[in-house]
Amino acid sequence: MTPVLRARALGKMYKQRWALTGCTLDIPAGHVTGLVGPNGAGKSTLLNLAAGMLTPTSGTIEVCGGRPGSGPAQLAKVGFVAQDTPTYPGLTVADHLQLGARLNPGWDDALARHRIKRLALDPARPAGKLSGGQRAQLALTLGIAKRPELLMLDEPVAALDPLARREFLQDLMDAVAEYGLSVVLSSHLIADLERVCDHLIVLVGSKVQVAGEVEDLLAVHHRLSGPRRDLSTLPANQHVISASHTDRQTTLLVRTDDPILDPAWSVGRLSLEDLVLAYLSRPAEPGHDHRPAREVVR
Amino acid sequence: MIWLTWRQFRTQAATVAAALVVVAAILAITGPRLAVLSSAGANPFLTRVSAADSVLYYGSTALVHLLPAAIGVFWGAPLVTRELELGTHRLVWNQSITRTRWLATKLGIAGLAAMAASGLLSLAVTWWAGPIDAAAGASGGESFPALISPLIFGARGIVPIGYAAFAFILGVTIGLLARRTVAAMAITLAVFAAVQFAVPFAVRSHIIPAAEQTVTIGRTNVQSFRANNSGQPQELTVAGPPGAWVLSNETIDSTGHAVAVLPAWTADCMPPPPGQARSRPNAPAAQACFAKFADLGYRQRVTYQPADRFWVLQGVETTLFLALSALLARLCFWWTRHRLT
Repeated sequence: MTPVLRARALGKMYKQRWALTGCTLDIPAGHVTGLVGPNGAGKSTLLNLAAGMLTPTSGTIEVCGGRPGSGPAQLAKVGFVAQDTPTYPGLTVADHLQLGARLNPGWDDALARHRIKRLALDPARPAGKLSGGQRAQLALTLGIAKRPELLMLDEPVAALDPLARREFLQDLMDAVAEYGLSVVLSSHLIADLERVCDHLIVLVGSKVQVAGEVEDLLAVHHRLSGPRRDLSTLPANQHVISASHTDRQTTLLVRTDDPILDPAWSVGRLSLEDLVLAYLSRPAEPGHDHRPAREVVR
Repeated sequence: MIWLTWRQFRTQAATVAAALVVVAAILAITGPRLAVLSSAGANPFLTRVSAADSVLYYGSTALVHLLPAAIGVFWGAPLVTRELELGTHRLVWNQSITRTRWLATKLGIAGLAAMAASGLLSLAVTWWAGPIDAAAGASGGESFPALISPLIFGARGIVPIGYAAFAFILGVTIGLLARRTVAAMAITLAVFAAVQFAVPFAVRSHIIPAAEQTVTIGRTNVQSFRANNSGQPQELTVAGPPGAWVLSNETIDSTGHAVAVLPAWTADCMPPPPGQARSRPNAPAAQACFAKFADLGYRQRVTYQPADRFWVLQGVETTLFLALSALLARLCFWWTRHRLT
């Protein structure tokens, strides 16, 4: 599958500080990819690099087969809804649609008007007087009606209340289903992503901790609980992501492509949130980083 | 992009346009009367310019000087910073349009509007003040300054167009570097004011080497004396050529060296303090005093820019400011492409 976004050893430095270093990842086309990670992991930097808002300090990045921001054709292929969903406060909703129509050759005016009507946004209302959720919807409308191949959203729901958040994501999903575009969505809230993403990338300290389709990830990660035991006695094909021990019991979160045969374990299925949290809380392992950025492909 | 630029710019443009219409109307109403007055006779004309017309003359001149600064502060500085502060650059740069075209359209529309506004105001004021400027040039610049003098030069002809272009792009550049609207406005104002004050003396006076003339000091050409507190004369000036911009006016002795302080006997040449008998300059003492200047070889050296260089200097200075504007514009494009996020 051709990746819609391909980064190789990508790095970005701001004033003596690396916001992203040695980031290598592929995001496949045709998915809704969740980019999850703690604050400061480099999610925003990565998306801004992909949109051409930033230029890399080191490494390369390719989006939809081209260098981000390299020209009008490239810009037309990529939609980006930046953090805090910026809009022009003095321009009305109708002005924003006019803006989109005039600045994008592939603008789908019928789509934009239909969306605005369905969202019950008053076209004559200045964007500065809209609620946070409405503003996000307006920014999303601009992003979708541009008809990009890839739509990226940087923390689009961070500022929204739970109801607006649900509506926004539902609406995004409808658009994805209808227009078949690839989406990359960043968030530090796993619950948001769980609802919409079928592909997941966990970014911690600008390193990809785990990446893959959600279903596959859930299939190869297991929670094992059983009598207390030493981790060194585990089979070689079981990689421990997290472990907790009581006096009598051991609970592990392991990743393995093979079935768990040991009858001593009771095997439990994980939620996506458990899985992501296990990776996020995993301490950095400078000493024995023996499984960097493993991809799960089936 | 033209639509969006105009949509964002139209309020600012309308404000300046409305102000220009008001000023133009006032000048159009009062101008013909002034022209009629001047055709009645040359020199008495300047003494018959009413106080109101005098206020209009200096007021409109000041306006032409101030408009470029206002354009730099209110059009130039916020042009990009407002987008940066609101984060809307992240919206517009993600439409199918490059940053270069985005900036080019903004600079093109607002920059041309700036030059047009300043040019039209200058045209109106130059036309209105034409009779006064012409008479002032002929009379030797006593009641009104010469056209080529710093106060008037920058408010006539085509240089205001160059100033407006420069002030505008200066505001944009400072905005790009400072990234904050209010700070950019303040810095723009300070820098542009400094340039406006520095250019006449640091640049304009050197574009063409100044003309020089050395004259004998006589009762007819002495313009002023400067005395210290005890009434002792220090320096004197003589009248320069009609309509010229006098750069220096110094007394030299018979060896050709400038005199720092006038000799004590020159007190006899000075006119009496106000309120005393007016006949004294005609008195024998004054005549002898002026004769002594000639006998001892004292003369007056005047360096100046003659009136007929007005249009050459206007052309050179306008070109200079437009070239400077082009350089700043290049910097803006480079910065927007490579440094702005």
